[in-house]
Amino acid sequence: MTITLSDAAAQHVSRFIAKRGRGIGVRLGVKTSGCSGMAYKLEFADVAEPEDVVFESHGLKVLVDPKSLPYLDGTELDYTKEGLNEGFKFKNPNVKDQCGCGESFNV
Amino acid sequence: MALLQISEPGESAAPHEHRLAIGIDLGTTNSLVATVRSGMAVVLNDELGRSLLPSVVRYGVDGAVEVGYDAQARQAADPRNTIVSVKRFMGRGIKDIEHVESMAYDFVEAEGMVKLRTAQGVKSPVEVSADILRALRERAELSLGGQITGAVITVPAYFDDAQRQATKDAARLAGINVLRLLNEPTAAAIAYGLDNAAEGIYAVYDLGGGTFDISILKLAKGVFQVLATGGDSALGGDDFDHRVFCWIIEQAKLAPLSHEDARLLQIRAREAKEYLTTHGEAPITARLSTGEFVDLKLTTAIFNEITHTLVHKTLGPTRKALRDAGLSPDEIAGVVMVGGATRMPQIQKAVEDFFGCEPLNNLDPDKVVALGAATQANLLAGNRAAGDDWLLLDVIPLSLGIETMGGLVEKIIPRNSTIPVARAQEFTTFKDGQTAMALHVVQGERELVSDCRSLARFELRGMPPMVAGAARIRVTFQVDADGLLSVTAREQTSGHEAHIEVKPSYGLSDDEIAAMLKDGYTHASDDAFRRALREVQVEAQRLVEAVQSALKEDSHLLSTLERAHIDACMARLQAVMIGDDRRAIDAAMDALSKGTAEFAARRMNQSVQRALAGKKVEEL
Repeated sequence: MTITLSDAAAQHVSRFIAKRGRGIGVRLGVKTSGCSGMAYKLEFADVAEPEDVVFESHGLKVLVDPKSLPYLDGTELDYTKEGLNEGFKFKNPNVKDQCGCGESFNV
Repeated sequence: MALLQISEPGESAAPHEHRLAIGIDLGTTNSLVATVRSGMAVVLNDELGRSLLPSVVRYGVDGAVEVGYDAQARQAADPRNTIVSVKRFMGRGIKDIEHVESMAYDFVEAEGMVKLRTAQGVKSPVEVSADILRALRERAELSLGGQITGAVITVPAYFDDAQRQATKDAARLAGINVLRLLNEPTAAAIAYGLDNAAEGIYAVYDLGGGTFDISILKLAKGVFQVLATGGDSALGGDDFDHRVFCWIIEQAKLAPLSHEDARLLQIRAREAKEYLTTHGEAPITARLSTGEFVDLKLTTAIFNEITHTLVHKTLGPTRKALRDAGLSPDEIAGVVMVGGATRMPQIQKAVEDFFGCEPLNNLDPDKVVALGAATQANLLAGNRAAGDDWLLLDVIPLSLGIETMGGLVEKIIPRNSTIPVARAQEFTTFKDGQTAMALHVVQGERELVSDCRSLARFELRGMPPMVAGAARIRVTFQVDADGLLSVTAREQTSGHEAHIEVKPSYGLSDDEIAAMLKDGYTHASDDAFRRALREVQVEAQRLVEAVQSALKEDSHLLSTLERAHIDACMARLQAVMIGDDRRAIDAAMDALSKGTAEFAARRMNQSVQRALAGKKVEEL
């Protein structure tokens, strides 16, 4: 089981955490909502929950709750620019289909 | 797929429900848009990586509307249809605008606000600003990949109601939901205050393209409080350009210029000014349409000399704001520099000398305001992180009040009150049977209405007739978070109500605000005397009217001799009350009161007898 950050994602995550002034890493997760069943969760993590599965990538902690893990296994979090827009992108091999906008997905 | 940002713990938005909020610095020369991405305020750039959007709009003959650099590039070629520094015209009449004669526009004088005739018809400053805001909104939507929930737009602290309202109207026209208008220096303090989290009293020195603002802010326990504001809404980097422009004309001995040449030299003047920030000498070259060739060198020494008075002009309001806050320069912990014009070394030095400390300039002075606005917008849109629950307090620049009898001002909200604020006061009627009341809302520091600025008039009608002084009319002044005023008058017994939103026809120039403030100080003792006099005159008038109405009803209670005495006392009072001898008026009022005391007692007896006549004790 593994979840990783791309170089670009790692750079941005560490910059945002430094700017924010606190945080131990990022939390990735899924929740059931949206037009295609599931949606990603991407948050700063201030505390690790006891049940969390913690991955290390580029020296940063990536926290995932055990319920979300099966849906995210093998995911690489990337940071990209699309035109003027920029932000994080889940490269998730488990996704079968997603809604037109890509904000929610199905496995 | 959609690109995501990192949220605060527990704050991940559901799909399609991202609250995209932006902060807009709608500047005189340049505008910016910023947002908060993954907890960090960033300015949004255009396709070419440029953060600034020149506040320039060109209405082409072909029907195209260009905004920003494209429009700026064409301004020398098409000055009449290229609108620059439109912020100076917001909510203003033509009389309020400086240097009208050197502007290339075809002004159309309109009710309230000046308008401009272009190739695409007559445009109001609100429409031109809306075109700038629309360009920023489109940039933000492309950058954030979705619809914008709302925006915080900044305005100079000294903007009055008309100018604020015009800014809101422009946003509405551009399809932007305004979460709040925020004073520019306050936005700068947010950008700095949160980053440095330092407590103490700070000054924000904001010299933008067209406006100068000085604000004294107190940062304590995460609370921002604006202690005082001051400034000059007709002083900025543009004026430095103008000085250089005049210098070029003088040095090159140029004849009156065509609009195109004037615009070209204005651009050269600005370039020279910017070049001098990092160089000791700036070359100025231009070929005019007349074939004349301008080739000059502007040195730092000359530049400092020709702009010395402008630099000095910023220190007057700075001193005044400090005085309002009851502080001396050495009590200021730091000075925040805002606005591109503060890059000029002579400004940095003047500020350092004045406050005796090196100004803070570790954030880009062009971006500070937009970054602070984005931070505020992010909070207002509900993207609040734990610990971000700070308050934001702002103040009103001039007292708001109402006219009372005798042309006196009753101040309801004193200047420098923090907003939002609501204050109420009760007033009563002056005459018996009065069923209507005219309310006159004024702004200013003086005691007499004639010395203050009239904001609005309205009437409360349909009050039940009562004797003078019996009615209770509650007048409520409410200033919302954007600094806009609404006034409500309510007759308490009948519940009759009248209401007005104050949108004055056009604004006060800053010189007027400064002059009004100065007047308030210099005339304080004079005003106090005049106020006391007016009060005594109003009281005398009330007494005369009361006696007259009593005589009309009950003169049969008096002997001829008594009547003659009262008439004499009254004539004496009427004679002195138009003069300015307060003691004489007081004495005459006293005499009339004494002279009518017996009469009043008899009237009282008579009405008691009438009330009791034919009634048994048990009925009472």
